[in-house]
Amino acid sequence: MWDYTEKVKEHFFHPRNVGEVENPDGVGEVGSLACGDALKLTFRLDGQGRIADVKFKTFGCGSAIASSSALTELIKGKTIEEAEKITNQDIADYLGGLPEQKMHCSVMGREALEAAIEYYHSGGKVTKPHSLEGKVVCTCFGVTESEIRRVVRENNLKTVEAVTNYCKAGGGCGGCKPDIEAIIEEIQGQSLLDLPPDKRRSAVAEKKPLTNIQKIQLIQQTLDQEIRPALQADGGDIELIDVEGNRVLVAFRGMCAKCAVSEFTMAEVVQKKLRQFVTEDIVVEEAVS
Amino acid sequence: MKTIYLDNNATTAVDPAVLDAMMPFLTTDYGNASSMHAFGGRLRHNIDQAREQVAALLHCCPEEIVFTSGGTEGDITAINSALLAQPEKHHIITSRVEHPAVRTTCRMMQKRGNRLTELPVDELGRLNLHQLEAALTDDTALVTIMWANNETGVVFPIQDIAELCRAKGVQFHSDSVQAVGKLPVNLRKTPIDLLSMSGHKLHAPKGIGALYIRKGTPLAPLMTGGHQEFGKRAGTENIAGIVALGKACELAQKDLSGENERIRRLRDRLERTLLRDCPDARLNGDPDNRLPNTANISFEFIEGEAILLLMDEKGICASSGSACTSGSLEPSHVLRAMGVPFTAVHGSIRFSLSRFTADEEIDTVCRELPPIIKRLRQLSPFSPKDRAPGAPVERPEQIRL
Ligand SMILES: Cc1ncc(COP(=O)(O)O)c(C=O)c1O
Repeated sequence: MWDYTEKVKEHFFHPRNVGEVENPDGVGEVGSLACGDALKLTFRLDGQGRIADVKFKTFGCGSAIASSSALTELIKGKTIEEAEKITNQDIADYLGGLPEQKMHCSVMGREALEAAIEYYHSGGKVTKPHSLEGKVVCTCFGVTESEIRRVVRENNLKTVEAVTNYCKAGGGCGGCKPDIEAIIEEIQGQSLLDLPPDKRRSAVAEKKPLTNIQKIQLIQQTLDQEIRPALQADGGDIELIDVEGNRVLVAFRGMCAKCAVSEFTMAEVVQKKLRQFVTEDIVVEEAVS
Repeated sequence: MKTIYLDNNATTAVDPAVLDAMMPFLTTDYGNASSMHAFGGRLRHNIDQAREQVAALLHCCPEEIVFTSGGTEGDITAINSALLAQPEKHHIITSRVEHPAVRTTCRMMQKRGNRLTELPVDELGRLNLHQLEAALTDDTALVTIMWANNETGVVFPIQDIAELCRAKGVQFHSDSVQAVGKLPVNLRKTPIDLLSMSGHKLHAPKGIGALYIRKGTPLAPLMTGGHQEFGKRAGTENIAGIVALGKACELAQKDLSGENERIRRLRDRLERTLLRDCPDARLNGDPDNRLPNTANISFEFIEGEAILLLMDEKGICASSGSACTSGSLEPSHVLRAMGVPFTAVHGSIRFSLSRFTADEEIDTVCRELPPIIKRLRQLSPFSPKDRAPGAPVERPEQIRL
């Protein structure tokens, strides 16, 4: 069992402001069923532009529910400008701290707030915070580069493990760990050689040229171990049709259309994984049947 | 508040009779069984007796039993040995739903240059034996497949698998940590070569187990050193643990079918009531081939850790396959391998009973759980409309390839 503070337990057992605000000025929805936690935040402003009413609905563990509850208490009565300044650390502090592995719950709170404010500013046209757009680094959890940069900067993170704790990136297959490392290195401007060797493990470093047979085997194995289980969990499947040089032809079966990261085509996700595990120059194409 | 302990697949209470049996070896009889003096040497007799008790439960010869530190050590010894003792073979076959002790070890062997086949399971968690047969080659050193799954309780057709491996001349190991004491095991009838079991799953303490090694099966020991355990497992014997395991096996054998029938009835009542009283709940695992003590139920649209915390407040202990409880960020590999949809995987709860589970305890759980589920549903932004269209809510009967 996690080591939660009394405040976390109190907010979990007696969450404040549960539900959805009617006719909201701001709506923020982040997370997903696939990732294991999700938060829907709604608020309404009063005549003075202060957050008069705010509610949440959360799917997630104890600290996800407590973080959501804390968030609503933190922003109640604040103007948008004041609310915008709230960081994930403020949420964690309000709760007397969160276990390191659960910090992503506070980050989810901040993201939902950001999304709701974005919604407010755009009159409901934009529903995603900027940080959740752009290049995806972690395909397992759909975490973007800008989101990783943000948690590294705001929380002064120095290891891949910490980044995983704060935004889940790198917590699935682990294929993106070298990318996360590069981001940390760039932001912290610090040589990773200062870190203990197990923290700077780099998966891409030792790749040798592959023979054709090895490549096909590795592609099949990557599909079997890294991609298929996720698709099957959603009732879909993937089949390797052909490999010509670096061109990989695959077919999707069953229900892959609605997947965890629906903003990207499935072929892109598969391509990214194959590039991580096989070679950098793989191009994935979808066979049309 | 009394604790209601429904997490017996994680570990069990030490039976008071087991504690009594082991106590002298932690106090007055602290000798070393390998000593020349009688004070230690006479304890050899207690080890021999325990070996007979374990062998009686498994229906094998006492010399085929080697005491270990638990299930994990047995699993690792078997896998490691199969490759070392048959250096010309480099292939292992296992299933996708093994305990980490087997899964991680097999993957490590793969990293060291061996070939690994992880057989898939269908929606009910069942294996397809044709796939196993097709995967067997002359290069296969070992098939390692668990007897019963710790998360779902699904029981694999071990008799068929063992006979298949025997016919092809391939070593077969079964992680039977969850099966021993819950299912009849007869190694005279079932041609398993290596079988691991663990004391703390059948009311002995943690840190003691046994590995069955069929006569004639070559063994490369994992623990090398002294000559203890026929030279197959070095290290001064954990006499107290060994005596405890022997006693626990004797107790388990006493009324194996009667006790397990009682447990099965309790489990069935718990399961029926929860599935009836909690909307959007589904059973995970093959209902027809399951351990009598295990129920794995998914409560859709809510998360397992939150359920466990609210249960804990009522003194009820169980476990979950959700990401937050798995120690990683990903939910149970067992449920994922079965294709349990994301709507359900994070809200899975495993209830596992034992012979110490009382009727009234099941009544309490049946009463306390539905309001907990309802309360978390009110917090959740998800509902049945969020099911992926066409996602397999009902499980197709045919086996998926
Ligand atoms: C199926 C299975 N195998 C292996 C083990 C490991 O056994 P031990 O804890 O005795 O090492 C367990 C229990 O934790 C188990 O359930």
